[in-house]
Amino acid sequence: MTGAQALIKSLEMQGVDVMFGLPGGAILPVYDPIIDSSIRHILVRHEQGAGHMAEGYAMATGRPGVAIVTSGPGATNIVTPLANAYMDSTPLIVVSGQVATGSIGTDAFQECDITGVTMGITKHNWLIKDVDDIPRVVAAAFHVATTGRPGPVLIDLPKDISNATMEWYWPSSVDELDLPGYHPVTFGDPVLVGQAVELIAQARRPVFYVGGGVLKARASEALRVLAERTGIPVVTTLMARGAFPDSHPQALGMPGMHGHYTAVTALQKSDLLISLGARFDDRVTGKISAFAPEAKVIHVDIDPAELGKVRIPDVGIAGDCRLVIEEMLLAMEGERPLVQDLAPWWHQINQWRERFPLYYEDVEGGPIKPQNVVEQLRDASAEDTIVVAGVGQHQMWASQYWKFEHPYTWVNSGGAGTMGFAVPAAIGAKMGRPDRTVWAIDGDGCFQMTAQELVTASSEQIPVKIAILNNSYLGMVRQWQEMFYEERYSEVYLSPDLPDYVKWAEAMGCVGIKAETPEDVGPAIEKANSIDDRPVVVDFRTDAREKVFPMVPAGASNDDIVVHPDQLAAR
Amino acid sequence: MTSSPLHALSGSAGVGRRPAPGQRHHILSVLVENKAGVLARVAGLFSRRGFNIYSLAVAPTDEDEHFSRITIVVDVESAPLEQVIMQLDKLVNVVSIDELSPAEAVERELVLVTVAVGPTERSQVIQLVGVFGGEVVSVGADRITVMLAGRPEKIDDFEGLLENYTVEELQRTGRVALPKLERH
Repeated sequence: MTGAQALIKSLEMQGVDVMFGLPGGAILPVYDPIIDSSIRHILVRHEQGAGHMAEGYAMATGRPGVAIVTSGPGATNIVTPLANAYMDSTPLIVVSGQVATGSIGTDAFQECDITGVTMGITKHNWLIKDVDDIPRVVAAAFHVATTGRPGPVLIDLPKDISNATMEWYWPSSVDELDLPGYHPVTFGDPVLVGQAVELIAQARRPVFYVGGGVLKARASEALRVLAERTGIPVVTTLMARGAFPDSHPQALGMPGMHGHYTAVTALQKSDLLISLGARFDDRVTGKISAFAPEAKVIHVDIDPAELGKVRIPDVGIAGDCRLVIEEMLLAMEGERPLVQDLAPWWHQINQWRERFPLYYEDVEGGPIKPQNVVEQLRDASAEDTIVVAGVGQHQMWASQYWKFEHPYTWVNSGGAGTMGFAVPAAIGAKMGRPDRTVWAIDGDGCFQMTAQELVTASSEQIPVKIAILNNSYLGMVRQWQEMFYEERYSEVYLSPDLPDYVKWAEAMGCVGIKAETPEDVGPAIEKANSIDDRPVVVDFRTDAREKVFPMVPAGASNDDIVVHPDQLAAR
Repeated sequence: MTSSPLHALSGSAGVGRRPAPGQRHHILSVLVENKAGVLARVAGLFSRRGFNIYSLAVAPTDEDEHFSRITIVVDVESAPLEQVIMQLDKLVNVVSIDELSPAEAVERELVLVTVAVGPTERSQVIQLVGVFGGEVVSVGADRITVMLAGRPEKIDDFEGLLENYTVEELQRTGRVALPKLERH
């Protein structure tokens, strides 16, 4: 068996059903056995697309996404998805071709030290120098990517190793993977869990601060039981939207820079933060020294390095969120009382909810409001629709105005803030969940970065739907320039008509629809939802002046949250 | 740095100033898999996270050379020690980390110095080396190279006294350390 055949067989052994990639010189040997493989290969138009598709697949399914690229520029084009997956702890396996081992270090054609380049943005990477290592390294790569805190890994495969021959084998256990230094934590320390339960029992203003780790740990059900058992309010970060149903009476929505007022303020006024799989990101905490100043902190995270990285916890528990929540529930058995009387806290929270709901001004006969597009899309779509976003204003409006009722229905670029994520990620999500409707809510700036992957979607018959909230600007940058740079707009105008999105969509084999007035919005959505045999792009011409509120200015305390001007009177 | 079969030290870790007496520094004795690029991973992590390394020494620990020990003197002013350890521990090739506080460790270091010497200085330098328990390792017509191994503070003192002479080259290894043994 050749190394190339061993690689493909190893991927099959791992249960891979689809991979995203683009061939080239150094990876050529691997593309030959793909013809005979059970794995479906999606031929992308740019390697960045392959990486984001694999991420979208992973976020929608929980299974690792796989991408395959050639050496040099093929490999560097997938650096952004690796960095993105590293920030958002997404399990991603990238296989890159490499020049032959004898040429490494000679600046050979399409040579790049990709293991060196990606060292800081992968959980681990491997340069295979012996054909016999292939099955073991592939098995190790999947093990590392999917256990502990998940993350991206890269396998660099020189061309002569792909062509060399070997005796097939498959590692029968983790012990054979040669990972003497890799021991991910699972269960939390029961003593610490006991201390956490005690802190919860004493708190008067507790909040569950839920992050993406709850989704990674498949802990949504356990969280719901814990939340209902204790009656404590729940906030879900940008990475955790869907981990707890937005319709639940204890759900306060999203915290952070553009979070729901009540979620931001409940965290800020809390006396106990119970952080589950969240990492005290600066976009959530605002000015860290002023964040939740009266709160004690219970911090549960599978990555021990997160405990105390930003905020020193009173009780820090290294462990898998689902297992630790189950341990907490067990420790609560027979505990009386589980919590203090939370009625005064809820009374306060309900006042915030009443006074500061999400708000935008919808003027009769005015331009289309982007928030209204999201609301209409939400109301016209099934509850289990997968929503995908890029980065910017449209992403915040999608996260704010969609009602997430199920886990794994929200796919977006959080930590890295990668513009252009939505189109390819939506394609990957649809590949992973062909039974679901997948709507990408995108911005016009983001769309232009990776739109070419709609050619991939058309040719591979992957019917995703893209809603462009086209405000003809790099809207979030425009918002900052308006608010913090005296309306001096520098290099943010894009034009609503250039490109012509409908023609562009049609040229890529999609259905293109334009909505110019508020009356167009409903019919455009209805038409888009009625098409299921090809991708659809809807160009919604939205109000360019619309800003995302609430907003905590960068570096400011969460106490200084800025609400919509019309809500000022309520403060 | 002692000679190492680990591949090139790429990525510059912050190599900081020498810890002043009494200043907080800690020694991490890090057992790693002896594989290509491991030193770069360790150095890259320090650089990326903004941790400062004062010194670093690497060598294989066993005959088969499966593992190496990296002794890192960390400036704990730059980051809490727990963070440094936790982040290091996430590197897949890092097998174990022992934290050695200076009070509970034996630390040793070696220095090689080449000094320009005239006829009068030659005997003075040789005498000084004798007092410190060092050795003359190479002799030329107008300079000598001497070696001293010992506690890092002793090396500091020796280096200080040599300032009265023309030091042409000086190379310290960085410290290596092991835990102090219990007496009972």
